[in-house]
Amino acid sequence: MIAGSNLERLLRAGKFVVTAELGPPNAADRTVVEKKAALLKGYADAFNVTDCQTSVVRMSSIASAVILMEAGLEPVVQMTCRDRNRIGLQSDLLGAAALGMKNLLCLTGDHPKFGDHPTAKPVFDLDSVQLLHMVKTMRDEKRLLSGTEIAVGPRFFLGAAENPFAGTIDIRARRLAKKMAAGAEFFQTQIVYNVEKFTAWMKAVRDMGLHKKAFILAGVAPLKSPGMARYMKQNIPGMDVPDEIIARMKEKKSKEEGIQICLDIIEQLRDIEGVAGVHIMAIEWEEIVPEIVERAGLLPRPAPESFRNPV
Amino acid sequence: MIVAKPKSLEYIKKRIKNHKKIAVVGCGGCVTVRPVGGEKQVAELASVLRIWAKKEGLNLEIEEDTALRQCEPEFIDELSDKMKGCDAAISLACGVGAQCLAERYSDVKVSPGVDAVFMGATIEPGLYWERCVGCGDCIIGETGGYCPVSRCAKSLLNGPCGGSQGGKCEVDPNTPCVWEQIYKRSEESGDRDAIDKFVPPKDWSIRPSRLTLEHVRVKTEGRAT
Repeated sequence: MIAGSNLERLLRAGKFVVTAELGPPNAADRTVVEKKAALLKGYADAFNVTDCQTSVVRMSSIASAVILMEAGLEPVVQMTCRDRNRIGLQSDLLGAAALGMKNLLCLTGDHPKFGDHPTAKPVFDLDSVQLLHMVKTMRDEKRLLSGTEIAVGPRFFLGAAENPFAGTIDIRARRLAKKMAAGAEFFQTQIVYNVEKFTAWMKAVRDMGLHKKAFILAGVAPLKSPGMARYMKQNIPGMDVPDEIIARMKEKKSKEEGIQICLDIIEQLRDIEGVAGVHIMAIEWEEIVPEIVERAGLLPRPAPESFRNPV
Repeated sequence: MIVAKPKSLEYIKKRIKNHKKIAVVGCGGCVTVRPVGGEKQVAELASVLRIWAKKEGLNLEIEEDTALRQCEPEFIDELSDKMKGCDAAISLACGVGAQCLAERYSDVKVSPGVDAVFMGATIEPGLYWERCVGCGDCIIGETGGYCPVSRCAKSLLNGPCGGSQGGKCEVDPNTPCVWEQIYKRSEESGDRDAIDKFVPPKDWSIRPSRLTLEHVRVKTEGRAT
């Protein structure tokens, strides 16, 4: 055990885990986070707190994670390289660890062009692979990137993202390997709509033996409407939405169909060797997560050890 | 070469309207090749400004001259006849040339007439593409001859990111993803390290604006010996 988080414990015990995404608000309003936390509690094993997702200003992921922890939820802190250089990153991560956060997802981050401040100067002093390597070194060797020794390293269970759908399967599998070598212990993938391509990618991952070295959580997201399906296909970078999914949404035109598609995909993903869990990204539709988890037959979630009442 | 694009006429007019005598100064270097700041553009801009000044009833005298290169002290010296008596000047050179001009003629208020946008190559006539940011630590030997610092929107050193689709950059669908290009080249050449080898964080202390004169001199001498 590295960080001893609930997420790490369940993955190492071979349980099929569920993580869910929680987007902080664009206001100094803790009640929004509290409401989402109350809604989601008990329906996933850990909760990703996004770091100004799609480059839109939101409450910071670390601050939101504190509110989550106070509500009894385990956060996966997302950290991008878009807004902080190596000094800011290390400083924030020391703080996050000191506040008791144990899971960290290391991302390069979206380009500011996609967000609400497209004229911002992008930082990208490091990329996600370098960020992973830096945090692993801080944790395992108790050294900053500069080489300076630190008395207490941040004990994070280290995660990374991977997109099986961007470019060839070969390059996406090799990039997974590169992130693993740099320090990633778990992965959360881009949203899977194209199960066929995901399956082929997982085969390449297994052929390289990578599924035995890190835990791979497949990303899923319910579609709300045919319009959303089309929007995602056309406007979200690296998103692969097959035409048959769009056709299914068009035909039924209902949220229920979107949920059903999500459930079908989860079922198929559970059968793929090497998939250690699912990561549900119900973007600004968090209230649907309990229903999906329940209907997917993934309830009850094992009670987190740290929050169990003493017997 | 340094690629620049003209500033708006409105901007230039605003910079000169309260002056008596100005010079429009071109450069025979990069901005002549990518024609925004050579002799011809100097003549054009000066004519347009003269017509405008007359229309506005301004008492404005406009000189024109072009240095062989505005970034070389001896060529800037040669401008002294035309610069004499000027209280303002519009430089059609890149920021380097414009600053050299401002430094040499410190009593003249120098404003830029163009915006230097990047160091690039000519792809086809009229189309220029950024190829270098002058980071001071070139790695294209390890990346198949492609520069990810200037050509990846996020300057990834361990790319590609998850946003490229159909070989194009997520930030601009007309721009090829440079990491896809690096990947293709590595497949052709068998140099798998270009993709698989971890590249550590870059040493940005080399730039920007940290290069001292001494530093450059040492490096130049080092190469010669």
